[in-house]
Amino acid sequence: MALIELDGIERIFTLGDSQVHALQSVSLRIEAGEYLSVMGPSGSGKSTLLNLLGLLDRPNAGHYRLEGRDVTTLDANEQAALRRERIGFVFQSFHLVPRLSAAENIALPLMLAGLPVAERHTRVAAALHDFGLEGRAGHRPDQLSGGQRQRVAIARATIMRPALLLADEPTGNLDRATGQEVTRLLEELNAGGVTLIVVTHDPAMGERAHRRIRMEDGRIVGDLRRGVPPAG
Amino acid sequence: MHTADTLRFATRAAAGNLLRTALMVLAMAIGVAAVVVLTALGDGARRYVVGEFGALGSNLIIVLPGRSETGGINPGSFVTATPRDLTVEDAEALLRSPWVARIAPLSVGSGEISTGGRLREVTVVGTSADFTVVRQLDVAAGSFLPREDLRRSTNVAVIGATIQRELFGVEPAVGRLVRIGDRRFRVIGVMAAAGQGLGMNTDEMVIVPVGAALAIFDTNTLFRILVEARDRGALEAAKADIAEIIRSRHAGEEDVTLLTQDAVLATFDRILATLTLAVAGIAAISLAVAGILVMNVMLVSVTQRTAEIGLLKALGAEPRTIRRVFLAEAALLSLAGGLAGLALGHGGAALLRLAWPVLPAWPPDWAVAAGLGTALVTGVLFGVLPARRAARLDPVQALGKK
Ligand SMILES: Nc1ncnc2c1ncn2[C@@H]1O[C@H](COP(=O)(O)OP(=O)(O)OP(=O)(O)O)[C@@H](O)[C@H]1O
Ligand SMILES: [Mg+2]
Repeated sequence: MALIELDGIERIFTLGDSQVHALQSVSLRIEAGEYLSVMGPSGSGKSTLLNLLGLLDRPNAGHYRLEGRDVTTLDANEQAALRRERIGFVFQSFHLVPRLSAAENIALPLMLAGLPVAERHTRVAAALHDFGLEGRAGHRPDQLSGGQRQRVAIARATIMRPALLLADEPTGNLDRATGQEVTRLLEELNAGGVTLIVVTHDPAMGERAHRRIRMEDGRIVGDLRRGVPPAG
Repeated sequence: MHTADTLRFATRAAAGNLLRTALMVLAMAIGVAAVVVLTALGDGARRYVVGEFGALGSNLIIVLPGRSETGGINPGSFVTATPRDLTVEDAEALLRSPWVARIAPLSVGSGEISTGGRLREVTVVGTSADFTVVRQLDVAAGSFLPREDLRRSTNVAVIGATIQRELFGVEPAVGRLVRIGDRRFRVIGVMAAAGQGLGMNTDEMVIVPVGAALAIFDTNTLFRILVEARDRGALEAAKADIAEIIRSRHAGEEDVTLLTQDAVLATFDRILATLTLAVAGIAAISLAVAGILVMNVMLVSVTQRTAEIGLLKALGAEPRTIRRVFLAEAALLSLAGGLAGLALGHGGAALLRLAWPVLPAWPPDWAVAAGLGTALVTGVLFGVLPARRAARLDPVQALGKK
């Protein structure tokens, strides 16, 4: 069973009386543990696709099956549960809560899931250690560097041990060295079994993925795999 | 999400935006405080008036000898040139009416009181034991006139506070002998100093049994008869009975005038109604202003945080969780504002009472409840409604809003 099956997905934005076809008959099949990059010109629908995969948006037509289950027909609470338990999302602009410390930001999904406080503490401590943020636990986002902020965001996205990690230009706001560090981190997570889908404008980063999707005008125009079979 | 987490998250959110929290609490506090202080002022004024009015005795009927012109043209008023005297017997007869609770005959004149070489001009009032009850007066020392046959003239006197001071200074007057006219009286009581009541001032009076007063003035005619009806509802029936009793005793002539405080009452009723209305209006305006302030602060604050709601949704928060977080936050802010307002308002009312001790400036319960209720309801409503709307958006829509 594939982790993700997209079948004839359409996403149309209506602005006044003009319509934008952000996604047109997109069909895609992704196995668990794959590492994909999505590239393409600006406005080609990469973010729209990733938002749909992350259940942050819904298609106008077509079917999305996650782990064999049609998720387009789920109600708000069931979708929330999937976002909580199965999906992690990393945004280009971090989206950290400014008044909360690094540790509290990382703990947000655990709190929303209602995990016991003791378990939250151990998991957050482990995450802070794994992402090299031990000394920054009590810092608020405005007291962190860009790379540290994105590491906090990735820690938050993975703290619930999701099956699917979606990253929309995770290095877009970072310098080259910091970007490479974040990329390495994501790849380590993929090596640990998480399915990783990264939207990027950076060809070097895109090339590193085992499978490379190319988009243009809301359609998938290329789907290249490395000779190596996907990990996991 | 656990309730404790919800509360903590809400508290952090409130603490995280101090300016907004301060604005919100201030708006709410000012609204509630305004209601409390204004209604305390209004209701205090109302209670002051009611108190003054109560001092007059609202079940009172005053019987005057002679037909009043206001009764209209009546054949009797031409026939009877001089009305018959109003006597002590007439007064006693009035007690036959079941609607009459008590009576106090009144004979008034001026006289001289003297003791130990001091002499003073005073108003001498002859009445009976029930006078203090009918006029709601208090005795400060000793006792009032004894209950006895109205025709007897026991030589006892009750003196006003000023008389006590001027004739006896700080020494007790009760038990001392005084001379009024050419008779000697024993002082048995001293009236309490008249307060700010609109009623008659007893400070410069000497009160003696009606029989004694009539003897001093050498007359049979009463000045007035004060009648207390059983209650306000019995006023009309009592008036009819009094008229009937007097007519039967005065050979069929209705030669007295009956005054009730109906006219005064109607005026006071109008004033009180207007006052209550004005207070309610003022309270409503301050509440509306507070409500609009709270509404604006909440609307702006929740709209500013639509992106945060989007993030929470992206992290897997259910719409219900988001609604609860914002409900908790709005409730916390409203409660803080409401309580601050209550403290402020009660402080203000206390200051008013300090500045004007005669004004019982206590806010009425309904105003406190309405003020607090409106603040809480608007605060919670306008905190939760926009959050509900945001919670229904798709996460990506909410996230995109800045
Ligand atoms: N909320 C929206 N309302 C209207 N149009 C939208 C909306 N979101 C996206 N679009 C349009 O859909 C198309 C695809 O947008 P999308 O954000 O997916 O592009 P992208 O490939 O991520 O571009 P970029 O590389 O610049 O991030 C664009 O033409 C965009 O203008
Ligand atoms: Mg994009």
